Amino acid sequence: MNSLLAKMRAKGIKSLAPSKTKIMVGMATCGIASGAELVYNALADEIKKQKLDIILSKTGCIGMCYREPLVDVIEPTHPRLTYSKVSPKDVTAILNQIGEGKKKDKKPYCRIDEENLIINEEKMSYLTSTLPDDMKVIPLMSEIDFYKKQVKIATRNCGFIDPGNIDEYIARGGYFSLQKILFGIEPEKVIDEVEGSGLRGRGGGGFPTGFKWRSCRNAPGEVKYVICNGDEGDPGAYMDRSIMEGDPHSVIEGMIIGAYAIGAQEGYIYVRDEYPLAVRALTEAVSQAREGGFLGKDIFNSGFSFDIKISKGSGAFVCGESTALMASLEGKAGEPRAKYVHTVEHGLWDQPSNLNNVETWANVPVIMSRGKDWFSQIGSKKSTGTKVFSLVGNVKNVGLIEIPMGTTLKEIVYDIGGGIPKGKKLKAVQTGGPSGGCIPEGLIDLPVGFDELTKAGSMMGSGGMIIMDENICMVDVARYFEEFLQGESCGKCVPCREGVRRMREILEDICNGKGRDGDIELLEDMSQAIIDGSLCALGSSAPNPVLSTIRYFRDEYNAHILEKRCPAGVCQELAHAE
Amino acid sequence: MINLVIDNKKIQAEGGSTILQAAQNNGIKIPTLCYHEELTASGSCRLCSVEITKGKRTKIVTSCIYQVEEGLIVNTQSERVMNVRRLVLQLLMARCPESEVIQEIAEKVDVKPQTRFQLDEDKGKCILCRQCVKVCEEVVGVSAIGFSYRGADKVVGPPFMEPSQTCIGCGACAYVCPTGHIIMEDLGDERIIWGKHFKMAKCKVCGKLLAPEDQLKYISKTTGVPLDNLTTCVDCR
Repeated sequence: MNSLLAKMRAKGIKSLAPSKTKIMVGMATCGIASGAELVYNALADEIKKQKLDIILSKTGCIGMCYREPLVDVIEPTHPRLTYSKVSPKDVTAILNQIGEGKKKDKKPYCRIDEENLIINEEKMSYLTSTLPDDMKVIPLMSEIDFYKKQVKIATRNCGFIDPGNIDEYIARGGYFSLQKILFGIEPEKVIDEVEGSGLRGRGGGGFPTGFKWRSCRNAPGEVKYVICNGDEGDPGAYMDRSIMEGDPHSVIEGMIIGAYAIGAQEGYIYVRDEYPLAVRALTEAVSQAREGGFLGKDIFNSGFSFDIKISKGSGAFVCGESTALMASLEGKAGEPRAKYVHTVEHGLWDQPSNLNNVETWANVPVIMSRGKDWFSQIGSKKSTGTKVFSLVGNVKNVGLIEIPMGTTLKEIVYDIGGGIPKGKKLKAVQTGGPSGGCIPEGLIDLPVGFDELTKAGSMMGSGGMIIMDENICMVDVARYFEEFLQGESCGKCVPCREGVRRMREILEDICNGKGRDGDIELLEDMSQAIIDGSLCALGSSAPNPVLSTIRYFRDEYNAHILEKRCPAGVCQELAHAE
Repeated sequence: MINLVIDNKKIQAEGGSTILQAAQNNGIKIPTLCYHEELTASGSCRLCSVEITKGKRTKIVTSCIYQVEEGLIVNTQSERVMNVRRLVLQLLMARCPESEVIQEIAEKVDVKPQTRFQLDEDKGKCILCRQCVKVCEEVVGVSAIGFSYRGADKVVGPPFMEPSQTCIGCGACAYVCPTGHIIMEDLGDERIIWGKHFKMAKCKVCGKLLAPEDQLKYISKTTGVPLDNLTTCVDCR
């Protein structure tokens, strides 16, 4: 083992499970939005006031956004206790019950006794003495419904480490995959491993990652680039943000491994500037990685050199499209170009370029550590591994989940999500972001996978999942997404620029009681022409919300158009006093 | 040479050429709007969409960009193609109801306006074909105009819609504009384009108006020909 890596690992272990009490606050954007910063400040003040010998630290999003703000208390030899929905006024009570034999009046939500690290199967024990009696009633995190069916690969460290501390990442198996491949695995073999794992692009397209890497490696050219797409822009989706904020090194290590395999010397992380915390975490992580010798010239004295630059995008949804992203990286307007010539051959600055999404990169170190056979047995045959979803909308447990592919929508909504609040009925599950589709309640047994979702008229997308109850109007939903897409169309090609807004106008008419007989057929016709005629995937997937809602909720369209009635009671113009 | 089939006709085309070029060289007409042979194709209007078949796979591509491939089967008139072409023209007719050029093309391919679309009143005749921006960048080399905003709000013009510092008043943009959206006014010894006023240089022999002074200065600078030589018209040289 590289002596520096060993030293950093030892430091990280001490920092993760210190010999004195440590408190961590979930401070990802979701945590901060629900008040974690106030809790953190209250803790800092109180610790100072009481002169307590306690380490206060920040961590990323562990997924339970519905219980935030979250505070984790790690006392030496004791289980890690998670307090949920903490407000600044709870702080004193939490601090007062730290210490041997103190009564736990303020009940923790769950506890962790030990973990099996997914990356290397190492055991990480918090509990090293006998479990105190009063803690036995606190449920184990792995046994609460929200987590029971989850398998965390891409989000393995989120909520467990301080993203600003590289040692903690290393202590949980980080950068060992990199070391392993640099000293003993040929680039081609690395690609074989990724290809054999079945990993497919998590940004939405589901393109086989290994195949892409190989095409880029085989493309002629001295200078090659690897790029991380962190331009997540789907409304309500925050998978990539949470990984970048909570575990930036997992992305960086993935990229270094990819660069080694492909033969790239330079990498870019394209992250939207509306993610200030992610930008900060990545910037800090890149400079720490450089300092530690994981980035830069002659990494670990292996002779391999690679460095990463961070580029901030300024909020254009279309820049998540690879050619538009590369144009933006070059300083040009974020407009896509036709992909008849692939970016793996002619990409950034016309050089062979390999672009993968944040979550895809984050999977790579684990695949290299555990191997392709291990990874490919998770999930389903054609969609291996796990997928991170942001589970939002009309569902009890809103949060970030990572589940094996093949998990059914039913398991997600009811077992993990806890069902629909207020006893209401489930109407549809919207997946795939704004250009995804709505899957009706009747298809709730559908297993999640790239091909399954596409067949159902939706798509995987990057992992947004919006649960809709009976009070949601599907025409209004289609109108909302077309409005979003109209605003985000770059305006280069006619079908997308002009077609999407005309669809939006017709949907607006339908919602306002001005729908006409024939509108549905016209929308279907236009959709096909827009799918066929658009220049990039934004345009060619833009009709999805319309087509999927017509396919499954045609009656609702007809009620709006023919009876001037909105069955869900959403469209105001169609509300009648009975 | 590459062998392919366009509309059931066996064709040979040079490698690296596009489907559109191959079709045009063989008398097969594909309608175009944003395409100009002197400019890099952007594939933005999608009017030249065609259907290609490679093995078992069929898809729609833009013929002005897609390069010929051995064994490619191209259909320029399939139902899917006509559906795209019809929508593109109907959308452009709704965007630019005053454009005669669009109406003429639509008539030629028998496309009627879609009355369900509301007609725009604020877009003029600009169909955002990009030819003006490309000619300014690629041929003239000054990049005085570009795009602002995005989506349907996208507009062509100089930065901040203020008189451009780099525009030389050559009028190439107005010349290539297929719909006549860009207005260039020549009023005596003054030319106005994109809100900027240019003084026209006169032939120092016969006094005939030549070109904007800024344009001659630019030509002199880029070619090395002394400005003095440029201010004599062809007839008086």
